[in-house]
Amino acid sequence: MAGIDQKKIRNFCIIAHIDHGKSTLADRIIEMTGLLTSREMQSQVLDNMELERERGITIKAQAVRIVYRAKDGEEYIFNLIDTPGHVDFNYEVSRSLAACDGAILVVDAAQGVEAQTLANVYLALDHDLDVMPVINKIDLPSAEPERVMAEIEDVIGIEAMDAPQISAKTGLNVENVLEQIVEKIPAPDGDADAPLQALIFDSLYDSYKGVIVFCRIKEGTVKKGTPILMMATGARAEVVEVGYFGAGQFIPCEELGAGMVGYITASLKNVKDTRVGDTITNAEQPCEEPLPGYKKVNPMVYCGMYPADGAKYPDLRDALEKLQLNDASLQFEPETSIALGFGFRCGFLGLLHLEIIQERLEREYNLDLVTTAPGVIYKVYKTNGEVIELTNPSNLPDPSEIEYMEEPVVKAEIMVTSEFIGAIMDLCQERRGIYDGMEYIEETRAVLRYHLPLNEIIYDFFDALKSRSRGYASFDYELDGYVRSELVKLDILINKEEVDALSFIVHAQTAYERGRRMCERLKEEIPRQLFEIPIQAAIGSKIIARETVKAMRKDVLAKCYGGDITRKKKLLEKQKEGKKRMRQVGNVEIPQKAFMSVLKLDDK
Amino acid sequence: MKPLELYVHIPFCVRKCKYCDFLSAPAAEQERQSYVESLCEEIRFFGNLAEAYRVVSIFVGGGTPSILEPEQMEAVFAAVRDTFFVAPDAEITVEMNPGTVDEKKLLTYRRIGVNRLSIGLQSADNGELMRLGRIHTFEEFLCTWHLVRAAGFHNVNVDLMSAVPGQTVRSWERTLRTVAELKPEHISAYSLIIEEGTPFFEKYGDGRCEGDRLPDEDEERLMYYRTKEILEEYGYHRYEISNYAREGCECRHNLGYWERAEYLGIGAGAASLMNNRRWTTGEEPQDLSREEQMEEFMFLGLRKTAGVSKAVFEQQFGCTPESIYGAVILRLTALGLLKDADGYLRLSERGIDVSNSVMSEFLLS
Repeated sequence: MAGIDQKKIRNFCIIAHIDHGKSTLADRIIEMTGLLTSREMQSQVLDNMELERERGITIKAQAVRIVYRAKDGEEYIFNLIDTPGHVDFNYEVSRSLAACDGAILVVDAAQGVEAQTLANVYLALDHDLDVMPVINKIDLPSAEPERVMAEIEDVIGIEAMDAPQISAKTGLNVENVLEQIVEKIPAPDGDADAPLQALIFDSLYDSYKGVIVFCRIKEGTVKKGTPILMMATGARAEVVEVGYFGAGQFIPCEELGAGMVGYITASLKNVKDTRVGDTITNAEQPCEEPLPGYKKVNPMVYCGMYPADGAKYPDLRDALEKLQLNDASLQFEPETSIALGFGFRCGFLGLLHLEIIQERLEREYNLDLVTTAPGVIYKVYKTNGEVIELTNPSNLPDPSEIEYMEEPVVKAEIMVTSEFIGAIMDLCQERRGIYDGMEYIEETRAVLRYHLPLNEIIYDFFDALKSRSRGYASFDYELDGYVRSELVKLDILINKEEVDALSFIVHAQTAYERGRRMCERLKEEIPRQLFEIPIQAAIGSKIIARETVKAMRKDVLAKCYGGDITRKKKLLEKQKEGKKRMRQVGNVEIPQKAFMSVLKLDDK
Repeated sequence: MKPLELYVHIPFCVRKCKYCDFLSAPAAEQERQSYVESLCEEIRFFGNLAEAYRVVSIFVGGGTPSILEPEQMEAVFAAVRDTFFVAPDAEITVEMNPGTVDEKKLLTYRRIGVNRLSIGLQSADNGELMRLGRIHTFEEFLCTWHLVRAAGFHNVNVDLMSAVPGQTVRSWERTLRTVAELKPEHISAYSLIIEEGTPFFEKYGDGRCEGDRLPDEDEERLMYYRTKEILEEYGYHRYEISNYAREGCECRHNLGYWERAEYLGIGAGAASLMNNRRWTTGEEPQDLSREEQMEEFMFLGLRKTAGVSKAVFEQQFGCTPESIYGAVILRLTALGLLKDADGYLRLSERGIDVSNSVMSEFLLS
């Protein structure tokens, strides 16, 4: 699209703590600029996936181009890039931010600055974005816009006194936001004649077009026929189509020049070739250096996924392959469990990512899954000098071959009101946290800093945090390397047989407690059967906990309804059907949900 | 001529018991008369089919069949004998409740060939009878009992029920001894099952418990064990999960059900099995596949204390039970639930306690 004046372009994103109204504001902006009539509006346009809409969070980055006629009489092109809103996707967030020139910071007028707000603002400032605050939800009775504005200035240190006070829900004052975008967010720069340099901030697989790459052109120009090179992956292709983002559709155009946001298709078959953060350049006329900040994202959380019905193994493989087309951070490789048969060890960015994939497999691909407890990657230093990255507890070498082990830790920031500081410190203590300081951001609120082992926070830390602070604590973290740790493998024996899919790695200190609770939990999950079933937790050959599922006392039909055998058979069939929903391990039937028991150990 | 069992259903009673989920209800005399008439028509309808068969047992069940007038019962039997060849040694049973028969009825039964009676007593404890919603007391049962013996019936069953509300192991033992002292030839001892759709389900279903408490699982099992021990003292042996008889007085008709004999059910809701086809009056027949026949052979046969004969299985299906159920048999015997001896597979005592689980293992699909 030649002829677009760079000065009339505004590339921005919206950042916010969860539930502060990011998507609602995006919807309102799109609606008010007339891109969609309100009849066409489906609430939260940018959150495309059914799951995103249900959970109210953004999983994949999305973008949309809007034309706004400002009060100065000029038409401006807004490129709104919606960023994922969860710590699991921090890297994706940082790449989306890098595609912008400014950011709208949405802060809830009642709740004020939260941990995620801080984390997101720092991330935006790291990318040299101009941050423009907006106070949302001023229609709430508990709204205190003045206090929140002061808080933004004190805590974040950006000017907030002229921040628009809006209600994204009702549309109140959203007009002011649009005007401020024009005034406060800088126009992009870059030379359309320089060698091509474009940042990939997302990509999508389409069965007709192949991979659709979402990018921000930093320098140069790209159009149909441009030979392109992905500088990190080395993939080459010729551009088939370029265009920009309409609401929910791709609109082709002539070319994309420096400062613009749009998409490129180039008959690429695999999203693995178009990694988020990579730089696209002209293969024949490459730029000198790739854009900074690219890293290959690696999964942090692993679990085993097995089809409940063993015959569905190929279906599961197909479904994972399809999901991977759109999600380069999803990894999987085949594995076999004695208890669960054939399945896959899958790697995810975090627990939310895991849950999303699991739900999509079940919902979109109709698969019934058995998922084993998620774990992190441990580094095992062997006596022979070898180092193993352990993703499946079953592969832990014999203790005699292990010199020592390391586990990943995170730097966590928890924002909490002062009355709950004690409770949250206790929680972090229980989770083997190392205190790293605390700052009051105002009289009644503080940021607690902790170093926490990743495996202590992947299951239910967030829930525990919420329940111990009556929902008031917020939390953010980043990976902070590996530290040496006393770790052991906890095995579970059911009816004296080790069930590999139930093994997990745990800190030696908490092994007894975990083992005991695991046995208690399994006792509740496993129904009485024809014989007594011992459930034991063991470290090596040492049993550390035991529970017993008593044998079924009675299951007999005294009468037989005359000659009405059909009725009797239906009863037996129902009985058998119940068993089919269980896993046979040795002689014992284990319900599928038992394999996730370890996740619920902290339910009180 | 092939052997055939006949079942005739009389869906009428004086008053519905609180636990009863059988097809039965009180009805006016006129309704009963028209039912008997259509029953006779239905029997005659089977005229063509009857030619290939010899009726070896007849069971008139309900409901309370003895509620019918003697003439009505006579009409039913006349229809049967007009249509079917009834073997001279056929076992012919009529179910009845205390207080619903007099000498005249009993003599009519004798005359039309009834040679076995089954009396629903359930308990010798009047409090328990009342809670079950029975229409009679134990004393009324005794009157009926003496009438029955006086009328010359020498093959009589008494139905008893354990695990009923308010019952204790002691009161159950008293019921057993009181009844055994009367020396009936046969005793059926069922434990109460709370069925959906009954007043008892409203009271006790899904773990609910209003009013008198139900015996718990342990008490119920103890009652079951005591039943066998006590009745053995009096010369009865258990031949099926819930049935006890003096030597030679086992109910041939019911054994037919467990052994998959051919039977024809007549009347409302009656079940039939003929030519490996099952149906219930008024519903679509269902042809049984070979697998389904095997399943039935196993789960029905295992109700008998004698168990299932491996030789008979082989004779009927042309293969050994092991070739079909080898793994199941090994596992269940290893668990001590099944006994594999003398060419028979049978439930152990422990296997009876959990017989549904054991039997469901023999389903093939």
